[in-house]
Amino acid sequence: MSTVARPIPQARPGRGSRGGDRRRSLDRFGDAALRAVCGGAAALAVLVLVVIGFQVVKGAGPAISQFGLGFVTDAEWQPNFEVFGAGTVLYGTLISSFFALLIGGPIAIAIGLYLSLLAPKGVRGVISPLVEMLAAIPSVILGFWGLVVLAPYAQKHFEPWLHDTLGFVPLFGEPQTTGSSVFTASLILTIMIVPIIASISRDLFLAVPRDVQDGASALGATRWEVIRGVVLPSTTSGVIAASLLGLGRALGEAIAVAQVIGAGSQISANLFKTGDTLAARIANQFPGAITEMHKASLFYLGAILLAIGLVSNLTAQWIGKRFDYRRAIAR
Amino acid sequence: MSEGPFDPAAPLRPTGNLRRRRVVSQVAEYGATAAAVLAVGVLAIVIYTVLARGAGAISFDFLVKGEPDGIGPMLVGTAEIVAIGTLIAAPIGVLIAIYLTEFGGGRLSGFVRLTLDLINGLPSIIIGLFVFGLLVNHHKQSAVAAAVALAIIMLPIVARGTQEVLALVPESMREASDALGVSRWRSVLTVILPSATGGILTATILAVARAAGETAPLILVDSVFDGKEVSLNPFEVVPNIPVKIFRLSEEANPEAITQAWGAGLVLLSFIMIAGLGARALLARSKARMAG
Amino acid sequence: MTEMSEIAPPSWPTRPPSATPPPVPTRVRIQGDTAADALAAGRRPSLPVESVFEVGDVSVFYGAKRALAGVSLRIPRSRITALIGPSGCGKSTFIRSLNRMNDSVPGFRLEGSVLYHGHDIYASKVDRVEVRRRIGMVFQKPNPFPKSIYDNVAWAPRNLGLRQGLDERVEQALRGAALWDEVKDRLKSSALGLSGGQQQRLCIARAIAIEPDVLLLDEPASALDPIATASIEELMHSLKGRFTIVIVTHNMQQAARVADGTAFFGLEAVDGEPTGTLIEYADTETIFGAPADPRTRDYVTGRFG
Repeated sequence: MSTVARPIPQARPGRGSRGGDRRRSLDRFGDAALRAVCGGAAALAVLVLVVIGFQVVKGAGPAISQFGLGFVTDAEWQPNFEVFGAGTVLYGTLISSFFALLIGGPIAIAIGLYLSLLAPKGVRGVISPLVEMLAAIPSVILGFWGLVVLAPYAQKHFEPWLHDTLGFVPLFGEPQTTGSSVFTASLILTIMIVPIIASISRDLFLAVPRDVQDGASALGATRWEVIRGVVLPSTTSGVIAASLLGLGRALGEAIAVAQVIGAGSQISANLFKTGDTLAARIANQFPGAITEMHKASLFYLGAILLAIGLVSNLTAQWIGKRFDYRRAIAR
Repeated sequence: MSEGPFDPAAPLRPTGNLRRRRVVSQVAEYGATAAAVLAVGVLAIVIYTVLARGAGAISFDFLVKGEPDGIGPMLVGTAEIVAIGTLIAAPIGVLIAIYLTEFGGGRLSGFVRLTLDLINGLPSIIIGLFVFGLLVNHHKQSAVAAAVALAIIMLPIVARGTQEVLALVPESMREASDALGVSRWRSVLTVILPSATGGILTATILAVARAAGETAPLILVDSVFDGKEVSLNPFEVVPNIPVKIFRLSEEANPEAITQAWGAGLVLLSFIMIAGLGARALLARSKARMAG
Repeated sequence: MTEMSEIAPPSWPTRPPSATPPPVPTRVRIQGDTAADALAAGRRPSLPVESVFEVGDVSVFYGAKRALAGVSLRIPRSRITALIGPSGCGKSTFIRSLNRMNDSVPGFRLEGSVLYHGHDIYASKVDRVEVRRRIGMVFQKPNPFPKSIYDNVAWAPRNLGLRQGLDERVEQALRGAALWDEVKDRLKSSALGLSGGQQQRLCIARAIAIEPDVLLLDEPASALDPIATASIEELMHSLKGRFTIVIVTHNMQQAARVADGTAFFGLEAVDGEPTGTLIEYADTETIFGAPADPRTRDYVTGRFG
């Protein structure tokens, strides 16, 4: 509680005590009012978050009581038969997001290293904003581009090549007729999360003190050895937190994924088949959902998505707070 | 004199395993550079595609007329929704920022900060579900519902941006104000806030740039429109750009595809210009703060 | 400055180390004076010593600003050479130029030549990493890695592929830095838990673990308390025979106690700008006992700086 703002009556020029009293009480009232209004706004934000969670769970109510927790793993989703289960979309969500993180994470970290330690200052000033601009592209436009440009290209070139060289891995099975697939969706998600992870990583790497890096260089270490031995170990927690934030973004992306993933309804190891995610299914089916159970089931998908998203975000916050350069790391 | 593992008088070329380590380091550097080039390359390709394919659709009619020739009503609608959303989010965001910087400290403000970060990370489709349940269910879709959804998305951006700028205001300014006997609320409203206007404006522009492109919540709460005419009634469905693009992208005919590119070009241009404007404003107000 | 350039022309030819240095003006004496000079001055003649560094008319610029002007000297092998002088006279700049640590400073430019065992370290084909492998450095502020004590010392040897007998190497390095007894029971604990003086000795251990040819120390004790400073000084004596040491110090008493040769840097007006430069360089007794230059005399007797 701050008491700094108490006016000092003696400091003001003589004003007649009654005017001074009125002024003082006006000021006290003003201070209290400002505090109340601002505090109210802050409380409103917290309230909104809580109410969002509440509303989503409430909307899912009928489906929860109907299907229980088995809904989470059930793979059947037949609106016409009032049978619903999140299995396929949960699988699609996890697979596409993790794949995006797998490809995008290292690329983003590399970009972060480039922008902080390797690029000349002028180049950094140009490329940094460009990378951030990638994050500013609305998902509907990126998804549209993915549908019209990336998917056909992937289907003609990427997928056959991957199938030919790595086809023994069940992930890279037979390409389908259109490029709409979990694979294409993962690529689009990768494009979305790289800028997020890259800019946070860049700031983390820039914060590693110069003197420790100099100490490493003075021992006859190459640039990469300085990065590997000093920069990366001291920013590990922060980079993991950044990656989790990127993952959260990927998990929740509805529109771009809906445009390129093909709304498939099977669980398959083959990335080149169509699939669906929690967010995309809600976006695709909600406008057309008529029955209450259908809507409630979509709300149930939302609740699952909310839970996963919150866990990912909270973990990122927790790891980020524990991040402290000065923490000892034995190797 | 220790006869070390090398001959000090030898020429200064790599000894021992340095040649190999050099190569590894070079490969790593090339890899990082390649990653950056890849990112910029993808950006260039996307922007180029939108530009090349969308430019053909742009015309006066396209920007002004309604369905099926143009996206005029959608532009107006998006402007209206975003404006209402800003009217809701900006004041609340600034108030929250004032709370965090002037009355903050302690567990409560840590909690509020966490909340803002969580809201920022919420999937926007969830926000759509929320607003649907709150305002649309048992009622109907409306621009206000869309605006509320966008306001929730914009709130953390405005709050955090404003808070960063307020934190930059030097403590000496507050101390000087207190020493003059000026009350806290007067200092905030007449001294501290005005010096932060640049930053608040920047944060608002960034929030607008983000909100203008949000499609997912709008699909749920403001999507049943025909877009033939401008519709301004905020309590009714209002045509908007993102949903239009989404719809067009699902159609197969070339006419629709071209229109989608055109609309995308308009949206992307607005967002890019807003982003550049915010960046310029930020640079200017940072310079003023420091100077 | 023209006298300087006569002694050390920029293109210093590679001469056999045993050749006697050319005659010099009285302002600067280079280590290894002839027996006659030494006897005339009443000292024991010092043997002509092989030089590790031959610095020829070096000027350092940061952008347009000149930080160091026309420095020429020779640094002898297996001796301790101290660089003293008031702040801002370019001592740090000079020592960092000896192992190319200034390369990362924006706008850095060096004119003149720095020859290490006859090789110009600023030549175009020179591998900077190799230079630093041979010429190690300990900085003013201790900068241990956020790793365990063991890993701090073992890191560079591992990089260099010296994995055989790593434990012994670490122990020898820590002993050499007079730190072994204090940390031998907690090698796996974090280096950041050590006191300032211990951290600095750890940095020294780190540097000597890879057995460099030269050790550069940039005011190693200035960030430490007097007791830690004393321990660093003791260390210098024991390290002297093993490495060629160049040490920058603000502390004249330290230089007087520890160094064989001392170089005094001061500010001179060069092209109207006060610029760091070498004023006098001789063996320590001379610098502190009978300095030739009045500025040196003023400084060492404490009349300024």
